[in-house]
Amino acid sequence: MPLLTGTDHGRPLLITNARVVDPSRGLDERGSVLIDGGRILAAGASATGQGAPDGAETIDACGAVLAPGLVDMRVFVGEPGFDHRETFATASRAAAAGGVTTIITMPDTDPIIDDPALVDFVLRRARDTAVVRVHPMAALTKGQKGQEMTEFGLLQEAGAVAFASGRHAVTNAQVMRRALTYARDFGAMVVHHPEDPDLAGTGVMNAGSIAALLGLSGIPAEAETVMLARDLRLARLAKGTYHAAQLSTAEAVTLMRWAKSEGIDATAAVSVAHVSLNENDIGAYRTFFKMSPPLRAESDRQALVDGLADGTIDVLVSGHDPQDVEMKRQPFAEAADGCVGLETLLAASLRLVHDGRMSLSRLIEAASTRPARLLGLDAGTLAPGAPADMVMFDLDMPWVLTEADIVSRSKNTAFEGARFSGRVTRTFVGGRQVFPF
Amino acid sequence: MTTRDPDLPTFARRHLLGIEGLSPHEINDLLDRAEAHVEVGRQVSKKLDTLRGRTQINLFFEASTRTQSSFELAGKRLGADVMNMSVASSSVKKGETLIDTAMTLNAMHPDIIVVRHHAAGAVALLAQKVGCSVVNAGDGAHEHPTQALLDALTIRRHKGRIARLTIAICGDVLHSRVARSNILLLTALDARVRLVGPTTLVPSAFRDLGIEVTTDMKEGLKDADIVMMLRLQRERMQGSFVPSVREYFRYFGLDAEKLAFAKPDALVMHPGPMNRGVEIDPAVADGPQSLIREQVEMGVAVRMAVLEAVARNLPNG
Repeated sequence: MPLLTGTDHGRPLLITNARVVDPSRGLDERGSVLIDGGRILAAGASATGQGAPDGAETIDACGAVLAPGLVDMRVFVGEPGFDHRETFATASRAAAAGGVTTIITMPDTDPIIDDPALVDFVLRRARDTAVVRVHPMAALTKGQKGQEMTEFGLLQEAGAVAFASGRHAVTNAQVMRRALTYARDFGAMVVHHPEDPDLAGTGVMNAGSIAALLGLSGIPAEAETVMLARDLRLARLAKGTYHAAQLSTAEAVTLMRWAKSEGIDATAAVSVAHVSLNENDIGAYRTFFKMSPPLRAESDRQALVDGLADGTIDVLVSGHDPQDVEMKRQPFAEAADGCVGLETLLAASLRLVHDGRMSLSRLIEAASTRPARLLGLDAGTLAPGAPADMVMFDLDMPWVLTEADIVSRSKNTAFEGARFSGRVTRTFVGGRQVFPF
Repeated sequence: MTTRDPDLPTFARRHLLGIEGLSPHEINDLLDRAEAHVEVGRQVSKKLDTLRGRTQINLFFEASTRTQSSFELAGKRLGADVMNMSVASSSVKKGETLIDTAMTLNAMHPDIIVVRHHAAGAVALLAQKVGCSVVNAGDGAHEHPTQALLDALTIRRHKGRIARLTIAICGDVLHSRVARSNILLLTALDARVRLVGPTTLVPSAFRDLGIEVTTDMKEGLKDADIVMMLRLQRERMQGSFVPSVREYFRYFGLDAEKLAFAKPDALVMHPGPMNRGVEIDPAVADGPQSLIREQVEMGVAVRMAVLEAVARNLPNG
């Protein structure tokens, strides 16, 4: 791992002249951050004026934002089994480039992560090759077949932070109910991809006039809402902890709002693609805009942004899903779902801040503090004592994304040529600078 | 040791369909009678003539080895003529056939029918249709009263009482008739009952009924006087209710480490048949704190007491 600066030199680090944003403490103020031994000693206005400790290295942030590094709750990595798409090494570099200091990996690999020994494998590979922190979610059911729950206790002991159905849905309501019930005994979260495969059928994009014009088979919003409505009621019945991995529809936001008003222990995430793009972006069958759940109508996107802003949707994720050229250079209906997103998570979502749709603090909360809390991770905060996982970014720097900016081994970004305001300038993990490389 | 107050009514029922509804006096009456039969079973001559001339039919709609043989031996030791009927239940259409069977048997003038059936409530239904005594040998996941009585007798002989003991019932409570009868009996005799197991097998509805429920063996076994393990059916171990045998054993199987959370003189029970290495470590099952084999001995004595008691309450008793 390249070390340009930071406490591995044995020296404290003082970053001055920063806009310190720490949603965990409600901070958004001019100030400094002092780190030593890989941990935050002080952050905020109060950290300024204490002077630098002897021998401290000092960085002038020149007014850049300094925030807790992002915690991305939905990252697909190809290792093991699809290393040609992405490895822990390449995914973690993509994360570092995007200001993401913790990635939560999905269990949909080959083999599927449904055994404690495989969780152990992931953690060892990540330890040896990744430049950011990696926490795996294990499979919710054995082989992701949706029939038999996995060993939540043993998997959790091995290091799994939650239990996810990955790209699949658990159609059997009794299986979902028992999984929620059993997970509760271990304080574990059930993470589901609520898309009814029968209703989605052969659909490849949002059902509606554009699908009709393109001659593509549509996926109705009900594929998501019917299953989400079921899940929320099962979570209430089982008194379990439920998380909808990635929502795409306006009605799903309404359902989540209802669930929270009922006191159901349910949370949800939305991907940066779904709050940035809509079905129109597919244009002339552009397969990089094919994803699951599909990009929906503009009215859905608007509702998702509102839901994210007011906290109805808790978490913002990249939904990073690397696919190789062979899988994407296909007729739209035959191409694989998914797009990479780690590099663009922050830059693309800053549009919402620039457009006045949410505060910078809320954005950082949704992409860092909240997911860290949901998963019980020591991250998402600049509180004294916390690991110095931080992102520094210039809030207004204009830039255009080119393929060269994609660090991931796969280049299937939905943001190629996009104009962004705001760019990550440095990323720190445990006080070590991991970006620029 | 007699806990029965001679002024209070003794067990005066024609059937034993469950523990539910029995008064503590009735329970103690049966236990005291059983106590006497323990000695009979240890003598060279084990034969009494209390039920001489009586006909006992063991009607088992569900396979059973130990319960059926225990009832058979109990009846024979009391001098009854015992007939075993095993009815293949898979193709049986419950309601009608069950009643038809009952009417057929009733026409043979038996004195006692001992019934096991896979459906909860089936034994009580059958009892409505016959003129003889009916003893429930297990109906679905409802009750297994003689098992609860033999467990109580075993405990009483070792601890001298039931009242105020802390008893942890662990494992598959959801599907267990043994658990239900034990909960009813032990709480009737003022024991403190705790249920321990994953929520998939110990529904929180039991908490709503006022029973302590925990998912943590350490918490559940803390200061327990008795640790009662339940059998986990094999088909429930592979992902439907619990994910695997190894995970179940790790968190809910009774081994020496978990038993150490209980009182030093805690005793271990299991209604059998055991899944060694699933719900119980063989070293514990066969260890010095285990009462599992003694439970079997108490079973015969308790069933003698029950058969005798119900027969006494027949019109021609």
